[in-house]
Amino acid sequence: MRSTARHSIVRLLSQHAFLIIICLAALYPLWFIASTALRSNAAYQLNPTGFPSHPTLTSLRNMLFHEPLPRWMWNSFLVTVSSVAVSTFFALLAAYAAVFGRFRGHSFFISTSVALMVVPPVTLLVPMFVFMVNTGMVNHLQSVIVFYTGLLVPFAIFFMTGFFRTIPQELIEAASSEGAGPFTVFRRIVLPLSGAASFTLIVVQAIWVWNELLIALVFLQNESARTLMAGLTQFQGRYVTNEPLVLAGALLSILPVVVLYLSGQRFFVRGLTAGIGK
Amino acid sequence: MAFAFGFPLVQVVRDSFYAGNFSSPIWVGLDNYRGVLSDPAFRQSIFNNMKLLLAVPIMLALGLVIALVLNDRIRGGRHYQSVVFLPYVLPATAIGIAFSFLLQENGVLNRSLRKAHLGGLAYDWLGNSHLAIVSVGGLVIWQQLGFAVVVFTAALLALPPETAEAARIDGAGWWQLQLRVLVPQIRPIIELLTVIQVITVISWVFNYVYVLTAGGPGFSSSVMELYIWRSFSSGADGTAASVAVMLLGMASVLIGLSLWVRKQAVAT
Repeated sequence: MRSTARHSIVRLLSQHAFLIIICLAALYPLWFIASTALRSNAAYQLNPTGFPSHPTLTSLRNMLFHEPLPRWMWNSFLVTVSSVAVSTFFALLAAYAAVFGRFRGHSFFISTSVALMVVPPVTLLVPMFVFMVNTGMVNHLQSVIVFYTGLLVPFAIFFMTGFFRTIPQELIEAASSEGAGPFTVFRRIVLPLSGAASFTLIVVQAIWVWNELLIALVFLQNESARTLMAGLTQFQGRYVTNEPLVLAGALLSILPVVVLYLSGQRFFVRGLTAGIGK
Repeated sequence: MAFAFGFPLVQVVRDSFYAGNFSSPIWVGLDNYRGVLSDPAFRQSIFNNMKLLLAVPIMLALGLVIALVLNDRIRGGRHYQSVVFLPYVLPATAIGIAFSFLLQENGVLNRSLRKAHLGGLAYDWLGNSHLAIVSVGGLVIWQQLGFAVVVFTAALLALPPETAEAARIDGAGWWQLQLRVLVPQIRPIIELLTVIQVITVISWVFNYVYVLTAGGPGFSSSVMELYIWRSFSSGADGTAASVAVMLLGMASVLIGLSLWVRKQAVAT
């Protein structure tokens, strides 16, 4: 018995040691970003690691007051809010129709969504760009909003149909047998039940849009229209010898995501892994 | 959906048969494809996508081990899991920039190695034409690992406890229990995640490559997406479109496979 007890203690310790190493590896780059952003450039060039002994807010202040970063952040915010709002609204209605309306071909419609979910956006880039040039939307935020919305919708539909299927059909039938029209049922019964699911969906889509780079890079090429991620890559090229300044920008772009993650972790986990669930 | 996918999907195939820019297209038939296939930069790009495939088994194996350990009802398991998942939600651009500073010739990693008298291990991670794509693979693993962990943990949690209990009573050791009893039961999920991650490294790695190496040095760490982007930015729309069509072809096969695997996974 004693040997098995010792054995299990060794196992427990090694398990924790293993997990702690993994966690440190996951966190180190974040620590690097945060600690570097608080270092002066001179201090960084001397010693890039360790605890910042003379923390300074110079880089962060420069980013916020002397660089276009706030503008880009605002652009990213606008783009995120509009494309997520449109796609969520559209997906709620479409999924409702597909699950409860059961129109002809609804299952084909849903499996099409599942397939489109993983179509690489890069393959759609060239024609979409031509289209945006022809309609004069290039270099305007609308161009990426339209494209992002289109890219988000398949996942949103997939996600919402998955959720709607868990709502008991009897509930809907009972309501409609009492004379409630499809819109009333949607507004009075389905919507109030979908609060948590919609929120999860919104979080996942918002993260995706906020983090997107390729499309923003191609569609928004003038300085004032850039999104935050596209702007960050500009800093990377512009301030090659001022790492703390560039990482101050990176830190500011990560911060909203981390705050959101810490406040609603379960929504992230559930939503981001939904593509793989049943 | 018809607008965002239908229209460009048709258009990109059409464009791939034309040369010149979109305002004055010239029909060239399959010439774009011929040109691309004989371009060493394209071959290098597609080869790099294949190299990145090696990241998938490493990531999944590591993710599986972490999930199995977490599945042991370990204390603080939830906290470990939320830390491991964190990288997955962060913007790849910001993280990639940080990694580029860490991995530079005179970056943090090499300076620390030299300080620890391990200077022999200090390679030029981003500037060496063989290592650059390996660094990209490392970044992909770093960011995607948490996803695998969470998916596997959820799958393990959903298993009926009886089989594991029975195996334990029969005297199965820890590794035996994991590999013979638990892992086979979540096989459908492992397969599905494999397909999804293969799609990722074939067609969703632009971010990583762009900020970490920009495809360099030369084309040595370029991938198909970056090749499309480069051709497109230099005005070779037809070339970009023909690579996009090829990429789409590969992706469709994989997407078909993923739908099929998904069906199997749901059925069991």
